[in-house]
Amino acid sequence: MTTPRNPSATTAVRLTRVSKAFGLGDSRTLALKSTDFHAGEGEMHLVVGPSGCGKTTMLSVMAGTLNWDEGEVEVLGQRLNELSPRAITAFRGRHIGFIFQQFNLIPTLNCVENVSVPLLLNGASRAVAEKAAAALLAEVGLPDKLTKHPGQLSGGQQQRVAIARALVHAPRLLICDEPTSALDATTGRQIMELLAHVARAPGRCVIIVTHDSRIYRYADRITEMEDGRVGRILVGEDLRHFVNQPH
Amino acid sequence: MLHLALKMLMGDRAKYLMLVGGVTFASLLMTQQTGVFQGLLAWTTSHLRNMRASIWVVEAHVDYANETKALRDTDVNRVRSVAGVDFAVPMYQGILRAKTADGADKMVMMIGLHGATLFGRPPVMLRGLLEDLRLPNTVVIDELGVARLSGGRARPIGLGDTFEINDREARIVGICRTERHFFGYPYVFSSYDQALQYAPRQRKMLSVILAEPKPGLTPKEVALRIEQETGMKAYTTAEFAAVTVDYIWKNTGIPASFMTTIILGFIVGIAICGQTFYSFVLENLRHFGALKAMGASTSRLAMMLLLQALTVGVIGYGMGVGLAAAFGFMVLESGMPPFVLQPATLWKTAGAVLLICVLAALLGIRKIARLEAAIVFRG
Ligand SMILES: Nc1ncnc2c1ncn2[C@@H]1O[C@H](COP(=O)(O)OP(=O)(O)O)[C@@H](O)[C@H]1O
Ligand SMILES: [Mg+2]
Repeated sequence: MTTPRNPSATTAVRLTRVSKAFGLGDSRTLALKSTDFHAGEGEMHLVVGPSGCGKTTMLSVMAGTLNWDEGEVEVLGQRLNELSPRAITAFRGRHIGFIFQQFNLIPTLNCVENVSVPLLLNGASRAVAEKAAAALLAEVGLPDKLTKHPGQLSGGQQQRVAIARALVHAPRLLICDEPTSALDATTGRQIMELLAHVARAPGRCVIIVTHDSRIYRYADRITEMEDGRVGRILVGEDLRHFVNQPH
Repeated sequence: MLHLALKMLMGDRAKYLMLVGGVTFASLLMTQQTGVFQGLLAWTTSHLRNMRASIWVVEAHVDYANETKALRDTDVNRVRSVAGVDFAVPMYQGILRAKTADGADKMVMMIGLHGATLFGRPPVMLRGLLEDLRLPNTVVIDELGVARLSGGRARPIGLGDTFEINDREARIVGICRTERHFFGYPYVFSSYDQALQYAPRQRKMLSVILAEPKPGLTPKEVALRIEQETGMKAYTTAEFAAVTVDYIWKNTGIPASFMTTIILGFIVGIAICGQTFYSFVLENLRHFGALKAMGASTSRLAMMLLLQALTVGVIGYGMGVGLAAAFGFMVLESGMPPFVLQPATLWKTAGAVLLICVLAALLGIRKIARLEAAIVFRG
């Protein structure tokens, strides 16, 4: 299969023949099998595929949270192979936003405090960080929940807080792993709508692993994964056709 | 970021209270037990402070201040004849049986002071005149004596009242204040000759010879000369106190039992704090993983854990030492149990608490250092 290229897009993420295995001996699993992957700046990129095909592993590798065995990883023009673990951590903190399936908000901190974390990690003062956090919480529709704790919110509201946290430091890459799997259908759809609207920004690459076919229509590009490898890549006419298929 | 570390810590109320409680308990136990032990050690030498002599000459085999082995009467003159001795006086000390008005037996620490000089006199006279000890059948008792010997009377025993020591009448001519004797008996002072009347007759009755050096000579050098020339044991007060404390260390189970409690406090502190803090870290592992994913370096997370552990340490230490001090004030009045809180004890407890907290934090830091940030993606 040839990789269709959108010539106007600058590369945000490029994986070249990346392999990753878990475990040893009989329990050894090849989660990524010499796979390539490409995502451009400014695009909303969906990664789809059956459970266990390696989507989360691939996201973890491009996020620099998981060491891989072979291959090249380039993120926002930086080859991660060349960075020390410390430098990767700092790079991640500055340029990448995360949205997790399990929200991963800190239960003992209120919403503003949770959302302010990425800015604090980047050296912002408490006042500046909390002001920005409050503004983003308003933007995701929670202007009245600033001092609430995650435990006092519904799942959908918690994921909104997580979205605010992922965007507060204006990252150039946003990585979302099944952001709706822990939510009911209606709430999941609302979250995807919100993501499609607030996450898009000029130059920002948004990569979303999802099963939710209802938001396929927001995608600029869809990458299908299968058994540790990238399969079809859908853009343009193919994409339109794929989106209109019943799933 | 550090203010959030504190919020994370204190937000988990149950663990936070457990941690602070553990450190409080450990600091209280370590400080209070050391205080009582130091008090006890100080108490073993209270007798020396009550008598306030520069040199104590005792029988050659006396090992510590609260031991009595009799000397010959002629030994006083042998000490007096040593060059450098300004004066030397005999003293009797012995535990005798006194009888109160209601017929109860009470043990007392009888001290017979040299009649002419009354050297070794009690530190503070509260009532009466010490010099009246030169009258026949008279004694001066301390405040503990008043408390112990008042049985069967409408009012506390006082000046002019009489009681019996070994079936012999004793009339009180003075009340004094002393530091409590290690054995816990009240002091009863009389003249040396009078004391020999009260005490059961024995071949040798002289307990101690108290001596002072001539001006310009140190107690130490004179004590050495006394030993060389008489073959008796001559201690300066400081030496006698030191051998007494040393004797307690080597020959009694007291230090060992206190040490056991103190070490136990330390171990319990480590166990509670280490265990609780570790489970705090484990429970928050996902969140620490999320922080790591969001760009928190291991050293930054380590700082957060250290701050959390040290906060617990400072608060627990403050409460523990505060409670120990409160205990000290409570027992100060009665002197039971004896309690001495030295600055060194506070420093050492602080050091132990610091160690406990750093160890607890290190356990967590080790866990977090090995944590793969990717765990946050796992469901
Ligand atoms: N930490 C791990 N240890 C062992 N096996 C793992 C680990 N993470 C993922 N795997 C395995 O790697 C494969 C890909 O997993 P994953 O990337 O989570 O797939 P997906 O996100 O597409 O469901 C699966 O077979 C999974 O069991
Ligand atoms: Mg997955």
